[in-house]
Amino acid sequence: MLIRPKAGILDPQGEAVQRALPALGFEGVSDVRIGRLVELEVHDPDRLDAMCEKLLANPLVEDYEVQLLDGGGG
Amino acid sequence: MKFGVLRFPGSCDEVDALAAARRVGDAQLIWHADRDLGGADAIVVPGGFSYGDYLRAGAIARFSPAMESVAAFAADGGLVLGICNGFQVLCEAHLLPGALLPNANLRFTFRQVDLEVVHADTAFTCACRSDTPGPASSRLSIPAKHSWGRYYADEETLDAIERTGQVVLRYAPGHNFNGSLRNIAGVRSEAGNVFGLMPHPEHAVDELVGGSGDGLKVFQSMRLAVEGAVV
Repeated sequence: MLIRPKAGILDPQGEAVQRALPALGFEGVSDVRIGRLVELEVHDPDRLDAMCEKLLANPLVEDYEVQLLDGGGG
Repeated sequence: MKFGVLRFPGSCDEVDALAAARRVGDAQLIWHADRDLGGADAIVVPGGFSYGDYLRAGAIARFSPAMESVAAFAADGGLVLGICNGFQVLCEAHLLPGALLPNANLRFTFRQVDLEVVHADTAFTCACRSDTPGPASSRLSIPAKHSWGRYYADEETLDAIERTGQVVLRYAPGHNFNGSLRNIAGVRSEAGNVFGLMPHPEHAVDELVGGSGDGLKVFQSMRLAVEGAVV
């Protein structure tokens, strides 16, 4: 799951990184948003949305995106 | 009048909350794994770092057995006060509107803040009124200490909670160090029996060590409300 702050919500962490990049010579970055990645191994992917809604994300302030990857033999 | 003060793994302000509550009534600790609230008349969800603040502050504490009982207690109209991490827990549990986000300055900040009492006709601020014992107050001086205290709700929700009188406390001009929207420091539920704030009233119950005794007003208010003296 990719979980990130909703559009329009101040992300001070992203702003701090955005300010730091030009100081290191990385010009031209117009926006930085920082979220988190949650990796899960599951047998029933249909329940991933419910997991996000109930615990892994706070839908009031965060958007989430579920990406299904083929498991490594699980 | 008996207060029940929750204790989670990672709580750190429950003992001060217990001591503050004992200045106005009886109080006992409730371990997070217990469903029995011990016949408490009011519940305090204290500050700290419940469950290590893993995932998001308050996200996991919300699902503890004690919090399930607190949600039922609140649904029955019981008084619930959430302080700092307790406020975060109550928002995560949807007992209060909105969410707490990282401070705009990205720093853990500890300072005394002045709060404006927006509504003194609540179960948590009625001791600030002139017709209750003690001096009336339109401002409270209370310490705040947190890194996740920026109150956020969408514009529609903010308009709604202002209209319904749910914004109980605001940071006074110059005191909103965390970037809370509309300077909101404390909100109550629509029914009025659940209240959360980021600053710590339990740390300001004695002028000798708390900078002021203003925090006691919150606990005194709850006693007045439970005893049916006001509100």
